[in-house]
Amino acid sequence: MEILNLLVGGFAVAFEPLNLGLVIFGCTVGLFIGAMPGLGSVNGVAILLPMTFLVPPTSAVIFLAAIYYGAMYGGAISSIMLGIPGASTAVATTFDGRPLALKGHADKALIAAAVASFVGGTISVILFTAFAPPLAEVALAFGPPEGFALMIMAFATFVGLGGDDVAKTLFSICIGLALSAVGLDIISGEPRLIFFDLPGFFHGINFLVLAIGIYGIGEMLWTVEVSKGNVEMSKATVSVARLITALKEISKTWKTMLMGSFLGYFVGILPAAGATPGALMAYGIAKSTAKDPDSFGKGNIAGVVAPESANNAASTGSMLPMLTLGIPGSPTTAILLGGMVIWGLEPGPLLFINHTEFVWGLIASLYAANLFALLINIAFIPAFIMVLKMPFTILAPIIFSLCVVGGYVPTQDMHDVWLMLIFGIVGYLMRKLDYPLAPAVLAIVLGPIAEPAMRQSLIGSHGDVMIFFNRPIAGTIMVIAILLLLMPVFKMIRDRYKSKPGPGQPV
Amino acid sequence: MKKLGISILSLSVAAGIGLGSFVDATSAKAEWQPRKPIEFVIMAGKGGGADRLARFIQSLIEKNKFSPKPFIPINKGGGSGAEALTYLKSKAGDPHVVMATLNSLYTTPLRNPGIGVDIQTFTPITRMAEDTFQLWVNSETNIKTVEDYVAAVKKAGPQAWKMGGTGKGAEDSLVTAMLSKKFGIEMTYIPYKGGGTVAKELIGNQINSTVNNPSEQVGFWDAGRSRPLASFTPKGKLTGKFGQIPTFEELGYGDNMAYYMQRSVIAPADIPVEVQAFYEGVFEKVYKSAEWQKYMQDKGLIPGWLTGVELTRYFVAEREKHRELLKASGEIK
Amino acid sequence: MRTAELVMALCLAAFSAYLMIKSAELPIGWIPGEGPGGGAFPFWLGAVMMLCCASTLYKWYRRSSPQSLSSEPYMDKDTLRMFITIGGSLTVMIGAIHFIGVYFSLPLFLMFYLRFLGRHSWPLVAGVAIITPVFTFFFFEIALLKTLPKGFTEPLFYPLYDIFL
Repeated sequence: MEILNLLVGGFAVAFEPLNLGLVIFGCTVGLFIGAMPGLGSVNGVAILLPMTFLVPPTSAVIFLAAIYYGAMYGGAISSIMLGIPGASTAVATTFDGRPLALKGHADKALIAAAVASFVGGTISVILFTAFAPPLAEVALAFGPPEGFALMIMAFATFVGLGGDDVAKTLFSICIGLALSAVGLDIISGEPRLIFFDLPGFFHGINFLVLAIGIYGIGEMLWTVEVSKGNVEMSKATVSVARLITALKEISKTWKTMLMGSFLGYFVGILPAAGATPGALMAYGIAKSTAKDPDSFGKGNIAGVVAPESANNAASTGSMLPMLTLGIPGSPTTAILLGGMVIWGLEPGPLLFINHTEFVWGLIASLYAANLFALLINIAFIPAFIMVLKMPFTILAPIIFSLCVVGGYVPTQDMHDVWLMLIFGIVGYLMRKLDYPLAPAVLAIVLGPIAEPAMRQSLIGSHGDVMIFFNRPIAGTIMVIAILLLLMPVFKMIRDRYKSKPGPGQPV
Repeated sequence: MKKLGISILSLSVAAGIGLGSFVDATSAKAEWQPRKPIEFVIMAGKGGGADRLARFIQSLIEKNKFSPKPFIPINKGGGSGAEALTYLKSKAGDPHVVMATLNSLYTTPLRNPGIGVDIQTFTPITRMAEDTFQLWVNSETNIKTVEDYVAAVKKAGPQAWKMGGTGKGAEDSLVTAMLSKKFGIEMTYIPYKGGGTVAKELIGNQINSTVNNPSEQVGFWDAGRSRPLASFTPKGKLTGKFGQIPTFEELGYGDNMAYYMQRSVIAPADIPVEVQAFYEGVFEKVYKSAEWQKYMQDKGLIPGWLTGVELTRYFVAEREKHRELLKASGEIK
Repeated sequence: MRTAELVMALCLAAFSAYLMIKSAELPIGWIPGEGPGGGAFPFWLGAVMMLCCASTLYKWYRRSSPQSLSSEPYMDKDTLRMFITIGGSLTVMIGAIHFIGVYFSLPLFLMFYLRFLGRHSWPLVAGVAIITPVFTFFFFEIALLKTLPKGFTEPLFYPLYDIFL
């Protein structure tokens, strides 16, 4: 068992006092960065990169990996407590996390997110340990057609997330995709959709601008209206007894957790996909395979567990192509990759051979980071609940302020702050008319992956659409995706057939 | 409350002026020093080759304390650099901004005259290096020389032979156009988002050849998974392991088969001479550091320290060269 | 509600039309041997959005969707006042950032909101209005090195940079 020996050696590295201290410190810092709307793991890792010059490379990467992990845990916190996803990976967590918090179960949702993240993280690290090099070859087999098929599958799994009004749901998906096309057409290299010729549109519309606008500003306006401005944000409390009941309930979702973990990991290892599609697909699958799909979106604990286990698993997964191929699976790993170059480590196929100590130290520290992120997260839950108990008229202006700062920071452009305000106001007005907005937010994440993949495939095949079907991997995924897309139609036909006598059935 | 607000305001104003004048008195007048963090604009998105290089430079400044105030990298890669260029134009006279550039410095204003950017107006700081290009194939193929390559492309035909690269009109496509013209071959050009992805697609056999920068392929080359056929450089410019790759000139295809990616730093228009001198000083320290020298050697960069008027002259010459290249490939009229 | 449904659908249709016109600046057709052109993706999305709006309008005309039947007001008086106050103060705050910067704009906004909408006591208002920007400064500018816009108040921060950076 060569791997076990290497892993034991790795643990010896990870548990050196300096490294262990960095893991704990990194997890804590990461947790807070991730919990801040507008700051995700990308910013955390990018910002703290220069700090790593004080320590040797192995410790440095361990520190950054701990921040990465902490931030992935932290992303769920603002999703659940404020309903604002701090990063695209945590969008799906808001669907059920937010309703749970509003019902006074914020503690349960936070614990569920932490436990699911832990399970997802641990399973993926085990998979990573056992099968890193062969899986790297799988990642290589994924070209544009496979990438496009995967995106279609992601769309198919969340087709059921919209409202009752098909036209409005479809509108929402399309506007999200259209907004994602703003900026640059990478195929022709031409600027595209530069509305009113404002230079701010050159860099496209950042996912965060739309998400903070809709979920931050829009959601706040909505809450102010519904509550008439004077209720508590949430009636949450926290106690050991509640913790135990929560854990019992969470343990019943183990199947969802396993599904999320494996799915997230495999989507994560594919270059360019990253954790977001994995989390969405996990949510969609959890919903469509549940006995009570209607309870999703209204505060079902499985709706928190699925995306959280998947996004943590995917974040480990996306380290695999980075380490073995030098290809970052997500923006965060892209920064980590830059860090490795700075420390003089060349990522790529030879890393596992030339820098064994580094690789296995990193893997072992992932186990450690996972454990400490869980403990630190749970330790802070009472503090987060305290925040929620502040009067809404204090919390609301602070959240508005955070939204403004959070909207500015990623691109450092006031243009994006204005855009965020417009999205917030228009989103609020649309929401009052029952336009579902979650599909738009998801579409803006998937659009920039899907469109170039489709066009690259078609250029390669000289316009022949069969390229999506006659390659074994792409074809298989595509067929599954199409079946998933058609599922609501089958269901509708079946329901119609069953309920023929009663014409008053809702459609 | 208003009173309190005003008193806080006036307090901080007073503190600001007090401390400010104190600092002024201590620092010598002749030498300019930054007063706040310096924006280090990167003309490309996060994670790409240009971004990694700029962040490496920033990390050297940070690590060795080359500057009294930190350099803060900001990516403005939108519109192939159009966003960064219009931003730098709007910052005329601002001494706290510098920008890391690549060849889109020439091509973007040429392709989008609408943004109204004249690169001659910017203040040149320094050229750090010139990045090079090689022709790469997957090592599983038995293409070992440029002749093999040309024969293989001709045999496969323009439909089947896929060349990967970055966006149309960008450096990779210009190099590809150069190659096609020289050997009279036709290929299907597939644009990807960044050079790293292009490199991986070659190893995964999704495409047949690339014109990657050394830094993008070096990991795969070391692992024996890709093979360079020739360098788009004049002979003798590259040293180290990249120097062992034959150049097109050495192979007898003439001296016009050369193309570089410049890695320079510029500042906005109308900044004082002292400020320009300060930045030249900072980057000179970076350039002379052992880390930078090693980085250039490892990543196949050609050393190329160049400042002041000569740098502007270089920019103008390169822009005219790119105008011809873009015309030849039909990107502009 | 009925009028709002109509106005919203018309506005969104107008946006879709603008999107389609903007997309048409690039080729929107199928380029033989290459697949769709650069503008095709957003153009056809715009077209689908237009159809969705048309469907909403049709339902409005037929009075078959819940919103087109509802006689409830889209916004009652209180909601409208709340919407204008909060939306307006946010707009003013963001506008003010261009001139007086984040660190003066945010406290003013917080004071306005906490005092006039929240009716909290002055000490609490002052506390939040001071702590939030101070925390923001140390967290973003010092710890994370992300500079925020300061407008003409910029020179006030030079001494702080000299001390902490």
